[in-house]
Amino acid sequence: MKQKKVKDSTKSFERVLGKPLKNKYVLRLYVTGMTPKSTQAIQNIKKICDEELHGRCDLEVIDIYQRPVLARGEQIIATPTLIKKLPLPLRRFIGDMSDTERIVLGLDLRRKK
Amino acid sequence: MVKEKTRLLRGGLQKVPTGIAGLDEITNGGLPKGRPTLVCGGAGSGKTLLGMEFLVRGAIQFNEPGVFMSFEESAEELTKNVASLGFDLNRLTASKRLLVDYVHIERSEIEETGEYDLEGLFIRLGNAIDSIGAKRVVLDTIESLFAGLPNPSILRAELRRLFRWLKKKSMTAIITGERGENALTRHGLEEYVSDCVILLDHRVANQISTRRLRVVKYRGSIHGTNEFPFLIDERGITVMPITSLGLKHTVTSQRISTGIPRLDTMLGGKGYFRGSTILVSGTAGTGKTSIAAHFVDAACRRGERSVFFAFEESPSQIIRNMRSIGIDLQQWVEKGLLRFCAERPTVYGLEAHLASMEKIIDLFKPKVVIVDPVTNLSSVASETDVKAMLIRLLDQMKSNQTTALFTTLTGASGSLELTEVGTSSLTDTWLLLRDIEIGGERNRGMYILKSRGMAHSNQIREFLLTDKGVDLIDVYVGPSGMLTGSARISQEKQERDIELAHQQEIERRKLNVETKCKALEAQIASLHAQFQAEEQELKKLIGQEKMRQRSASQLREKIASIREEDKNSKRRNR
Repeated sequence: MKQKKVKDSTKSFERVLGKPLKNKYVLRLYVTGMTPKSTQAIQNIKKICDEELHGRCDLEVIDIYQRPVLARGEQIIATPTLIKKLPLPLRRFIGDMSDTERIVLGLDLRRKK
Repeated sequence: MVKEKTRLLRGGLQKVPTGIAGLDEITNGGLPKGRPTLVCGGAGSGKTLLGMEFLVRGAIQFNEPGVFMSFEESAEELTKNVASLGFDLNRLTASKRLLVDYVHIERSEIEETGEYDLEGLFIRLGNAIDSIGAKRVVLDTIESLFAGLPNPSILRAELRRLFRWLKKKSMTAIITGERGENALTRHGLEEYVSDCVILLDHRVANQISTRRLRVVKYRGSIHGTNEFPFLIDERGITVMPITSLGLKHTVTSQRISTGIPRLDTMLGGKGYFRGSTILVSGTAGTGKTSIAAHFVDAACRRGERSVFFAFEESPSQIIRNMRSIGIDLQQWVEKGLLRFCAERPTVYGLEAHLASMEKIIDLFKPKVVIVDPVTNLSSVASETDVKAMLIRLLDQMKSNQTTALFTTLTGASGSLELTEVGTSSLTDTWLLLRDIEIGGERNRGMYILKSRGMAHSNQIREFLLTDKGVDLIDVYVGPSGMLTGSARISQEKQERDIELAHQQEIERRKLNVETKCKALEAQIASLHAQFQAEEQELKKLIGQEKMRQRSASQLREKIASIREEDKNSKRRNR
């Protein structure tokens, strides 16, 4: 745990220095079964992962119908919810992920451009 | 009893008792079963607590597990907050009778990226309900979703769906909402939750805060429509429906002593009725507390328990002061027969006073209750409120056949027979103490203004505080009017003087007659003596006369014998 933290801070330090990003994105998408909103969200986020992050993302899709306990643990209210666990800061996106611009900005991918 | 009511209403709306003291009486049995109820009110009005008590009582008293979904406080905070009210959430949670789910939303973390729904909340709630088999649900305060999530129109639609869903799951739910500017709630929740709406209010009047509860609407049920004061203490919420108690108490004709023998005599020789209400009114310093102390002392002597609610003096002050008139209250306190409850009226609101008094009466079960003085309570509330509170307190005591003695302070300027809080009509026996000013003195007078159901004296008595207690003595009523105090004493002295003078006069006359008699007797004696002397003289005279006659006849005989022939001549003549 401690080691991980050290690593993280180094990474963010590197990022501050403007070095090329090698960090991976850890994303969790919480959906509710196969509703239209859910499928839409999955498709949209996959597209973003491919096009903007070029595979540098660890995306996990969780159906809270199957694992309702997680909804409590992760404070899920609205669905679909995408949580950006890493890199910090933690951020939540709610909705069907159709607003690509907002997600890209929220994931700090456009800051440099 | 509440359960019976629920059963009785089977044909109509089924109700779920809340277990909150008084609320079930107002709502005629509880909240609508299987429907959401909106509880709205401003900050600090007790919404969360009402919800929590609903669940805790449900879990403990009615065996109905409940889910508390909190949007404002974490489970730990809630547990700590309600522990002061005697609710042990940890124990209930451990035994799966209660589940607290804290929903935390950080607005700054959230980005809206399209359409969303609240299915996550539904799943959480559904999961929580299923995991403990809940029958009751509290959402506190769901409106904070409006602050946490964007797009209110989606939220509204989802909330409407949530309440429908709760109804479908036949959950008896309480939804709390913050009071809005012009509406009941800030975000118009009353549009969705409209079966039962309870409004909580926290008002401050004259620096004293009072909590009030009102059932704004209740579909398909009769309910009390008034604003009812309620309070939050270590027993939770207590709503006080003044109207809930009727005039149905039974009475006894048993009589108990007032502790003052002469006063007993004035009250038909037996004292007060047990379970009656006695009002002692008077201006400052007329001895109201002393009469109360006598009554308490008498009750304790009979072995009955008493409670003394003091709003003016501390217990030790009362004990000290009463010792000066020869009443030792300390011994009863030590024996556990007497309990003092001294508080400044301004410490808290009227309802809190009432509740604390009711609680003490409930716990201690006294036979005699003193409230000294009741007028001080009017400093924290309006007269009508005090009267309402007293009615409730009296009803409670009368139903327990507890004798209550209230003292009231009447202003020197106002009419003596007008008590400040209008309690006179509530009382059965009314003793009036008053100052009587005569001859530059203030003396205490007492009379019985009324005493329902018994013969009583109509006389004014002078009221003395001696070192052996209260003493009632007859006032002087004479040709020069009513006299008390030293005027009475001097009048009595005058009367005694006159009487003494009268007696002396008689003595004198008696003596006079005696001397006269003696003089007369002496006179008689002297007359008698004179008479005797005269008689003696007379006898002497008679004796002398006899002597003279005898000597004269002797002389004649002598002469005759000398003249012998006379005899012969006589013979010769024959």
